[in-house]
Amino acid sequence: MSTTPIAFDPRALRAPHPVPGAPDNWRRFFTFNTDAKVIGIQYIALALLFLLVGGLLAMIMRGELITPPADLVDPSVYNGLYTMHGTVMLFLFLFPILNGFNNLLIPPMIGAPDMAFPRLNALAFWMFPVFGVVLMASFLVPGGPASSGWWAYPPLSTQNPLGLLINGQFLWILAVAISGVSSILGAVNFCTTIIRMRAPGMGWFRMPIFCWTALAAQTIQLAGLPVLTAGAVMLLFDLSFGTSFFKPEGGGDPMLYQHFFWFYSHPAVYVMVLPVFGFFSEIFPVYARKPLFGYHVVAIASFGIVLLSLIVWVHHMFTSGTPQWMRHVFMVTTMLIAVPTGIKVFAWLATLWRGKLWLTTSMLFAMGGVFNFIFAGITGIMLATVPVDVHVGNTYFVVGHFHTVIFSTITFGVYAAIYHWFAKFTGRMLYEGLGKVHFALTFVGAQLNFLPMHWAGLMGMPRRVASYDPEFALANVLASLGAFLLGVAMIPFLLNLVSSWVRGAPAPANPWQAIGLEWLLPSPPPAENFEHDVPTVISGPYGYGLGHPLVADQARYESRLKEA
Amino acid sequence: MSASGSTASGSGPGPAPGSGSTGRGGPGIDRGAVLLVTLGVGLALLASRWLMAQVPRWLPPQASTAAPLVDDLFALEAGIGCFLLLGCTAVIAWTLLFDRADKYDRDDGEPIEGNLKLEITWTVIPLVVVLLIAAQAIRVNGQLANMGGKVRVAGAAEALQLVGVDGVAGVPAATSVPSSQSSQASQPSGAQAPKALRFRFSKGASPGLGVTAATNPAAAATDPGVAPVTELGPVVVIARQWSWEFVYPDGVRSAELHLPVNRPVRFRLVSLDVLHGLSIPAFRLRQDVVPGSVIDYRLTPSREGRYRLRDSLFSGAYFASNQTDVVVESPEAFEQWRQAARRSPLVPSPNAAAELWSQRQERGNRGWATVPPGPPPLVNVPLDLNAAHEG
Repeated sequence: MSTTPIAFDPRALRAPHPVPGAPDNWRRFFTFNTDAKVIGIQYIALALLFLLVGGLLAMIMRGELITPPADLVDPSVYNGLYTMHGTVMLFLFLFPILNGFNNLLIPPMIGAPDMAFPRLNALAFWMFPVFGVVLMASFLVPGGPASSGWWAYPPLSTQNPLGLLINGQFLWILAVAISGVSSILGAVNFCTTIIRMRAPGMGWFRMPIFCWTALAAQTIQLAGLPVLTAGAVMLLFDLSFGTSFFKPEGGGDPMLYQHFFWFYSHPAVYVMVLPVFGFFSEIFPVYARKPLFGYHVVAIASFGIVLLSLIVWVHHMFTSGTPQWMRHVFMVTTMLIAVPTGIKVFAWLATLWRGKLWLTTSMLFAMGGVFNFIFAGITGIMLATVPVDVHVGNTYFVVGHFHTVIFSTITFGVYAAIYHWFAKFTGRMLYEGLGKVHFALTFVGAQLNFLPMHWAGLMGMPRRVASYDPEFALANVLASLGAFLLGVAMIPFLLNLVSSWVRGAPAPANPWQAIGLEWLLPSPPPAENFEHDVPTVISGPYGYGLGHPLVADQARYESRLKEA
Repeated sequence: MSASGSTASGSGPGPAPGSGSTGRGGPGIDRGAVLLVTLGVGLALLASRWLMAQVPRWLPPQASTAAPLVDDLFALEAGIGCFLLLGCTAVIAWTLLFDRADKYDRDDGEPIEGNLKLEITWTVIPLVVVLLIAAQAIRVNGQLANMGGKVRVAGAAEALQLVGVDGVAGVPAATSVPSSQSSQASQPSGAQAPKALRFRFSKGASPGLGVTAATNPAAAATDPGVAPVTELGPVVVIARQWSWEFVYPDGVRSAELHLPVNRPVRFRLVSLDVLHGLSIPAFRLRQDVVPGSVIDYRLTPSREGRYRLRDSLFSGAYFASNQTDVVVESPEAFEQWRQAARRSPLVPSPNAAAELWSQRQERGNRGWATVPPGPPPLVNVPLDLNAAHEG
């Protein structure tokens, strides 16, 4: 036996897909691969790397803020750090990781072999490392990275103190513009795939909620991103080529930029939160062993959110000199968003109600995420109220609010999704023990980090400050401790991801006894999912306890999984 | 789901523990469940009421007529929010306690797919609640009436000329105003701009530039029986990277904002460079200062004391240091202060940003690129960097 030649063709190591019997082919993740499942993992892995970068920046910031004076770094450095923290977390972590999940989940969930435009898909992905490198390179240019905040409001963002053509702000705008183009390409692909490539029998109201929310989110991308990208190009021209779209001296108006920016950048929050609503809607039925409560209304509410999200942007400009009538209109539209989101939250709670809860790590993150989201929704209504916003807007109250949304809801949802679908797409089980440690540290860290921020904001601490008055010290010490705890929480998480993928227990096809087309595929699914044997969907997506099969001839698909 | 169930979850807030026992007890109305829900709602109401009473402890002192209105609105929202959060948390906690599957139990739960009445309830109730909050907020906004109008200008020099201030350190006086929009306002510098000047969005607020009688109902209500209070102002607020300067109608310049208590004051907000935000947490008021616009703003201080005035809109490297104080004092003390100020010579005010900048130069100008701070304002009353403030 010792002389037995290797049992596989060595060319398998260069194949675009794993070959049965051969060692896993890692190289495919570093190529221009058109398989949505490869692209999905490429997005997620690179996004997690940038989560570490963004988190590191956050911890330097919290180190600076643990004492009132600016004593750890120069204020100009702090400004660059917070600008890059926000930019990295949004454009290099959350958008890409959610695009990663779109790639992984949409085709198997609807029974499609791949995305509608696989090459466009790979192109959209490969723009991500490009703008990632452009943005990171801005740390190295003279004068440091952009430091005008992730809003990049002119005239501050166009001041260009050193007068160089290539400066941090220039690279920042370039990166945001490329990111916008990449996201538009992605949105075209996701929308087309969902609209055109569903399995036979999968009508709109047999589609999993994640696909509903992904479609809703990508619709916002298509409607809003061109506006931001245009605004970014105009800003670039103001900064580098002497135009004055936003300069009062040349007849421009800085307010115009704020409209361009927020017309997209408020809905952008919904682009991020809608897929997470999708995760919650997928995860609760599985681990509560019940159908999703009020499926139709939950599905439609996603598009209610899309419509409203496009007419709320001026709530970021209540104190910019916006006329009273306009403040009132946008206050009402903003508050109305509570209705469709409330429908979803109540539907999730009703799904839990009298279920048979399995408290897996995924379920814990989902339940924790919904709890945090309810809190964030309440502070959101407060911020929508003009007189209250006049007091707490641009203070740490806002910082606390949106981190409760962006981290404690959206990132919790992303973690829940990772723990839920990791087994499906890597073929390995994550270790639940480390997962629960990760959840406990993250939950406690998040509350400790973000709750005191609300208090500091109510007292009047402005956001984006490198130093502050001593009365805010206690809130900031607590927040910093929470932030460091969140840093510690990454250790069990990363350990779990790496060790489980390398040598975790092999995953069965359906470890959670979940209902859904993706669970009728082996773990990991083959290159073209169902290939030519796409099942015909005959019932709604969450038939827990109802006893009817999801697809025609379900027994055949299940027995095939057992053979494999 | 039974009637008691829909009441509990429908109002969102309802502590739903009780409705669980209803379900378990069968389709009939379970008295124990009704009792539990009633008790839960009662407790949640008490807790919300208690939380509303705590609100003042989280906020700075109320030092303007706007503050009580804003705080009451915030307390209302905090109360409703607390009730809602407790209700939802009760549902989550109940499921965690009583709906967990046993270790080897792999059965499904009860296949409830929805309940139209319940879904309508939890659509309509939040809709009504947010619309009521919005209506109240619109009412409060009407009472606040802080915003005057704004006039577009083509730059810092034109803005200063429009508000009749010259001799601002580092800004050359404008000799002519090119923009046709405000050409009617061009006057020899130092003179008041004409009243005909049209401020946009000035509905409900007096657009005049001179001293006018108080029209703010909230302000008038605070001192009944006192003869009509005349408005102070306009006080020109000049924001720049990174200092504040206040120019009073009689030409007094100060790096601190001194205001008489219970007297409405009108401001003209001018930025010399980038966006800034005028924020006084103890007043609960904030207004962006926009380059390219002169903005009219009004408020009424209501409590004597020294409070922080901060830059609330990010303005670059030394943004955090761009703060000063508002000193609210009795009319007599204010008058004395003003008389003393008129006799004081113009001196450069101590400036935190300038100090930090010179420290940075001493250390070899390390750090990332920034524009240097503008020259400290030349004022009759310099800033006291070490005075203790209340909020």
